[in-house]
Amino acid sequence: MSTPLLRVADLHVNRGDAHVLHGINFSVAERGVTALLGRNGAGKTTTLLALLGLLPGRGSVQLAGEEMLGLPTHDIVTRGIGYVPEDREVFSQLTVEENLRLATRSETTSAEVNDRREVVDGLFPILAERRSQAAGTLSGGQQQMLAIARALLNDNQLLLVDEPSKGLAPAVIADMVNALEQVASHTTILLVEQNLRVAERLATDAVVLDQGTVVFDGTMQQLFGDPELTHAHLGVSGGTMTAKSTTTQGGAS
Amino acid sequence: MSTLVLLVATGLGLAGLYFLLAAGLSLIFGLMDVLNLAHGAFFALGGYMAWTTMELLGFIQSVALRFVVALLVAAAAGYLIGVVIERLLIARNYGDHLVQILITLGLGFAGVALLGGLYSYDPRALDQPEWFTQTTTLLGARIPNSRILIFAIAAAILAGLLIFLNRTRHGLVIRAGVENREMVSALGIDVGKSFTLVFGIGGMLAAIGGVLGAVYFNGITPSLGTTQLIFAFIVVVIGGLGSVVGTAIAAVLVALTQQLLNFYAVTGAGDIAVVVLLALVLLARPQGLLGRQAR
Repeated sequence: MSTPLLRVADLHVNRGDAHVLHGINFSVAERGVTALLGRNGAGKTTTLLALLGLLPGRGSVQLAGEEMLGLPTHDIVTRGIGYVPEDREVFSQLTVEENLRLATRSETTSAEVNDRREVVDGLFPILAERRSQAAGTLSGGQQQMLAIARALLNDNQLLLVDEPSKGLAPAVIADMVNALEQVASHTTILLVEQNLRVAERLATDAVVLDQGTVVFDGTMQQLFGDPELTHAHLGVSGGTMTAKSTTTQGGAS
Repeated sequence: MSTLVLLVATGLGLAGLYFLLAAGLSLIFGLMDVLNLAHGAFFALGGYMAWTTMELLGFIQSVALRFVVALLVAAAAGYLIGVVIERLLIARNYGDHLVQILITLGLGFAGVALLGGLYSYDPRALDQPEWFTQTTTLLGARIPNSRILIFAIAAAILAGLLIFLNRTRHGLVIRAGVENREMVSALGIDVGKSFTLVFGIGGMLAAIGGVLGAVYFNGITPSLGTTQLIFAFIVVVIGGLGSVVGTAIAAVLVALTQQLLNFYAVTGAGDIAVVVLLALVLLARPQGLLGRQAR
């Protein structure tokens, strides 16, 4: 494996009085999808927020060898990180077009912007149709598409995607997984996902958190090949990998 | 009938003042979560900047020209002082409400005391172009031109503000930031720049309000803005935090309620009715007329 794109070392994060992350270490290889798994409250979202500088942390977070911890969020993001938050967080009062325009960082040249818009329109044609509609009036699935689209409008090295399947109908999840699969062919993704079928389908590598520490760091195959590991840390019996079903229905637990 | 028309016209002038004071407060609170208790001092500052400019320009014959220059100087001063205060004092204290309240409350007191020391606490009358005090007859009522002018300026500023918010990238960032600041910075945008800009704009609007307030109240005192600030807060809450249009509607509602009831009921009834109006809105629609549901 070459030098990792993202290297997290001894990262500690407090939320209020709670010590949520206890010095976690992991790295994300360039290309492909790395799944960040764990039970509710394991610290997955906290990890993403700390990577983005939205929560203060101690330790080290390096993107392509450059230290990012302690930088303001907008600086971290402009170094090439796209963020698709849990619960979408689209700007509900703004139109779809305004959401996309806001997400387009001004320094990118217009030819590049047009190319990226075309890619996004191709990926999510429904967004182009609903351009002038307020984002708050979109369905959950459409909001998720918009949230992903926002992250694709810039030349990002890494996308942080937090629970893209949350609260979506199975058919919509399938569309969304297809879209993420296409994105993953050219951009590295760190994916937080409770729906293990979605994680299995997309990810090659996995990092498992339990109570703020990393308890597994390896390939998805290793993780799901070991029923004890999945049972202990994810609360499911392993072996779903062998089924390799193409359906993406239902949650994991 | 003519009395009613006069009361409504005067009420609309007062609504213009409330809007100018409240729009900045609403945007500042909506975007930055900062309750700017020094906002009333900006109002008074605007009035005194205009007064001083009028004095310094005494050699110019045309009072109207002097007034226009004074209005622009006051607006610029309000903007600059807003920017300086945000950069020096507010910028490092975002998220800390207690510190913000102490800083802005202290600034408000200090501002009023400073103006009192410089200009005394007696009202200073602003030279007004003759046209201001003349009347225009409308539906049988003789309405002072100044009331019409104040309302027209406030309406023009509302239109300008809406164009700025809806047609520029700065405006887009501000509207998005009012909804979800963290997500704006997670899109790679430096929200701090918008904070400074909005604080400056808030100061500018309040200062313009102060100049027009000096006309409306026939003179300016150091505490005039602070007195009006309570009504401005009521306007902000009724309109919905962060909503400029909501603020404008609420300003008209509050000012008309006040004017009409103070005249047709007992003097003072209007002021109480405004508080009742606030309570009713909070019961029926806690987020304000055009505010968003708290997330």
